[in-house]
Amino acid sequence: MITINNLNFGYSKHNLLFKDMSMQLSAGHIYGLLGKNGAGKSSLLKNIAGLVYAQSGSLKVMGFDPAKREPELLADICFIPEEFYLPSIKIDAYIKANAPFYKKFDYAYLNVLLEEFNIPISNKLVNMSYGQKKKFIIAFGLATQAKLVIMDEPTNGLDIPSKAQFRKVMASALTDDRCIVISTHQVRDLDNLIDTVIMLDESTISLKASIEEITQKLTFKKMKELDETVIYAEPALSGYNVVVPNFHQEDSKMDIELLFNAVIAEKKKLKPIFN
Amino acid sequence: MEFRENKAIYLQIGDYVCEHILLGKWKSEDKVPSVRELAVSLEVNPNTVMRTYELLQNKNILSNKRGIGFFIAEDAIKQIKIYSKIQFMDEELPVFFRNLYLLDIGFDELEARYQKFVKETFTNP
Repeated sequence: MITINNLNFGYSKHNLLFKDMSMQLSAGHIYGLLGKNGAGKSSLLKNIAGLVYAQSGSLKVMGFDPAKREPELLADICFIPEEFYLPSIKIDAYIKANAPFYKKFDYAYLNVLLEEFNIPISNKLVNMSYGQKKKFIIAFGLATQAKLVIMDEPTNGLDIPSKAQFRKVMASALTDDRCIVISTHQVRDLDNLIDTVIMLDESTISLKASIEEITQKLTFKKMKELDETVIYAEPALSGYNVVVPNFHQEDSKMDIELLFNAVIAEKKKLKPIFN
Repeated sequence: MEFRENKAIYLQIGDYVCEHILLGKWKSEDKVPSVRELAVSLEVNPNTVMRTYELLQNKNILSNKRGIGFFIAEDAIKQIKIYSKIQFMDEELPVFFRNLYLLDIGFDELEARYQKFVKETFTNP
């Protein structure tokens, strides 16, 4: 679905955000894109959507170069940015004006989603709250039936019931021919939804692995006292939350925050495990 | 469904499915919810549910009828008891034994409590 080879990108030539980045993303997965503030999550998503251009290297989305912004490709990309602009018109007018760009647009599905998210179709877009706007563009984006779904911090601004609805909607949106990439800091909102973790750190992909692979190689658990096997530890109520190599084929639950901090702090110890 | 802290999600979903079968909410030889339906209701990735169903298929608890979906095996309850017993003995019993030892709880006291528990919980007046 997405092939990135030796990509170099930066907002100025002297200060590259990505150096020599390569990775492949395929259909049938929900990728969780993680990274510290300023690591370049949004920039990577914008590169994939053709909103910014790389200095060098190659980036192919479904065989197209997104920087050329060919309509055939754009009709198959749904991009939900973190900050967005909506015109001062009613929802039905927006749909009438924008849906025709997408050949496979599913009007019935849009109505189902709007109803689930509790958004009346006669509302004016600008009069809605941030959370409602966000839910609207998520609903519209999914109704386009685009094969590539890119979401930048989609759960920001959603209230508690909407987050649960969002997870349900995303669980049903994943099909074998669809690729979903979600960047987030709200890892607890999404940790059972993503199947593959991509971590950006220090101008590169510091980890890309499925949860299955991660938990095959690492065990996440509580320990009373630390020993030499521990890769990374954080003090907790009754001892430590630790990441250790998975010596005994234990099936633990991945703690995504702990993993994130371990990757940032213990790159050298983790690298040989995942290569 | 409330997920617990330590156990892998796909195994917890396995427990959820097994419990539904043991409690008779899902009956043997019936079709279980599709991968997508269960993923939506539990708010998890469909690939995770697929992993659960494949595991339960390996344990002969579910059977996969190609193109139709997953069905509960005829002797699912027997298979679940075999599978769950192994899990219980390996995972929960050591923790339980440790507490018995630390708290000095004797087997006599335990047996009396166990009988009382079974009587109160599982016998309908």
